[in-house]
Amino acid sequence: MTTATLQIRDPAWPWRLTWIGASLFLLWPLLVTTEFRPWLLFEAQSREPTWRFLAAMLPPTTNADFLWLVLREAWRTVAIATAGIALALLLAVPATLVSVRVLSISALSGRMAPVSFALRQLVRWTLILLRSVPELIWALVFVRVVGLGPTAGVLAIALTYGGMLGKVYGEILESGDAAVTQSLLRNGCSRLQAFSYGLLPQNAAELISYTVYRWECAIRSSVVLGFVGAGGLGQQLDGSMKMFAGGEVSTILLVFVALVGIADFVSSWLRRQLG
Amino acid sequence: MTTKPIAANQPYRMPPPLFDARCRMCWFVLALLSLVVASFVTLELQWAAFFSLEAINNMGRFLGEFFPPDLSTNFLIKLLYASGETLAMSALGTLLAAVAGLALALPASRLHAADAARLRSPTRLLLNALRSIPELVWAALLLISAGLGPFAGTLALACHTSGVLGRLYAEAIENAAPGPAFALRTQGVVGARVFLYATLPQVLPQIVSYTLYRWENNIRAAAVLGVVGAGGLGQLLMYHMSLFHMGKTASVLGAMVLLVVLVDALSYGLRRIMTR
Repeated sequence: MTTATLQIRDPAWPWRLTWIGASLFLLWPLLVTTEFRPWLLFEAQSREPTWRFLAAMLPPTTNADFLWLVLREAWRTVAIATAGIALALLLAVPATLVSVRVLSISALSGRMAPVSFALRQLVRWTLILLRSVPELIWALVFVRVVGLGPTAGVLAIALTYGGMLGKVYGEILESGDAAVTQSLLRNGCSRLQAFSYGLLPQNAAELISYTVYRWECAIRSSVVLGFVGAGGLGQQLDGSMKMFAGGEVSTILLVFVALVGIADFVSSWLRRQLG
Repeated sequence: MTTKPIAANQPYRMPPPLFDARCRMCWFVLALLSLVVASFVTLELQWAAFFSLEAINNMGRFLGEFFPPDLSTNFLIKLLYASGETLAMSALGTLLAAVAGLALALPASRLHAADAARLRSPTRLLLNALRSIPELVWAALLLISAGLGPFAGTLALACHTSGVLGRLYAEAIENAAPGPAFALRTQGVVGARVFLYATLPQVLPQIVSYTLYRWENNIRAAAVLGVVGAGGLGQLLMYHMSLFHMGKTASVLGAMVLLVVLVDALSYGLRRIMTR
């Protein structure tokens, strides 16, 4: 009997206890800072509006006018994302061509010339800076300048995603085998020729699949941009939510989930086709 | 009848025509171009308004008001506190999401070939729904029950991230080598013990790395969640922007960019050290 209980006892219990204690000690300030008080959710004061809102969500609003409106806004969401990505490519492709290290002619014979090194670093840091400002912040700024509407959303996506695409394109192009490109350059090709016959065929599939993936992300984020007034489904959702129109909110959410599902499907299908 | 002489070199052929009804890529490119054109046409973009002299002046004035940014000690302390709040929101949100994600990943995965896994499809549907609604929309929805402040933001991050993590965890669990679990099961071990001693040790590194990656994403997301009133740096930004305190807005923007760049640099550095 005693031997059995002895064997069952966990030999590492002091350590486990120490770790649990330490993590609770670390968790405490987090809970305090984020005002984590889950019981507030169940107080009458917050339970009642929640319940009313949830009850209003069923059934979803399905009158023809509203559905038509939601579909139009859904198309606008896709259009904002597509136009944004198209403009982002206009920004990202030249920036990539300028900043890719493999296409440097001076780097073929030892070190890169200081001027071109400086130029490449400048473009690279600009891309990183563009990328680090979240698209929502760009949208806030542009809404102030051009007023409410899809223009602000398109520009915000173009800038953030331009930075993102440019940076990642550069990384993709530099991660591959540089021998082909360099031998083309050594034999007197221009940079653009070396790019289109050396670098691009090697990396085209990866570049396209990353772009498609980012298009999918842009659809998701263009909904969010609507919340600051940049058009699309998000703006509609924000409006319905402010009026506590639960039925409208649930319709919009369902359409949105379907939209993301379709974009997800199209993007993964395309990427599978590319191999 | 003489046979045709075979050319020593293949004669030059014309390049294939640019469009061919059987070429899928051509249709794809065509569809893509029409999508882009349709987007630009239907969006009624106001480029004229954007590039007009007035808009450029507006922009210039707007940017000019940002200077000088407010760098007084009091405000910097406030910024530091808001950044801390952002970090705490992201950390706690990710932690909650990791727990919820693991709890949902178990029913969402087929643990062994004989497992009926009846809950698999409904749980996956739930995970997809959680995942496809962005954090900001969750935050706006949760404001109704959780009220303004970081608590709503934390819950919003947790909701979205548990969808993402749950799916990733489920895939990791299903892809784990079945051998160890099978060995335990043939010895008569059942249920949670098989998972704890055979599957979990295999997938733990993957789970940790997914969670850390999502944490990094969530720091970025938490910074902007406040725009709808869910705490952190974003709330400070909205507050000062709507009161036209442009100097203060500029410093909040600076703090946001700094936070994002620091997190990026840190994760890049750590990744480099760890993969070396």
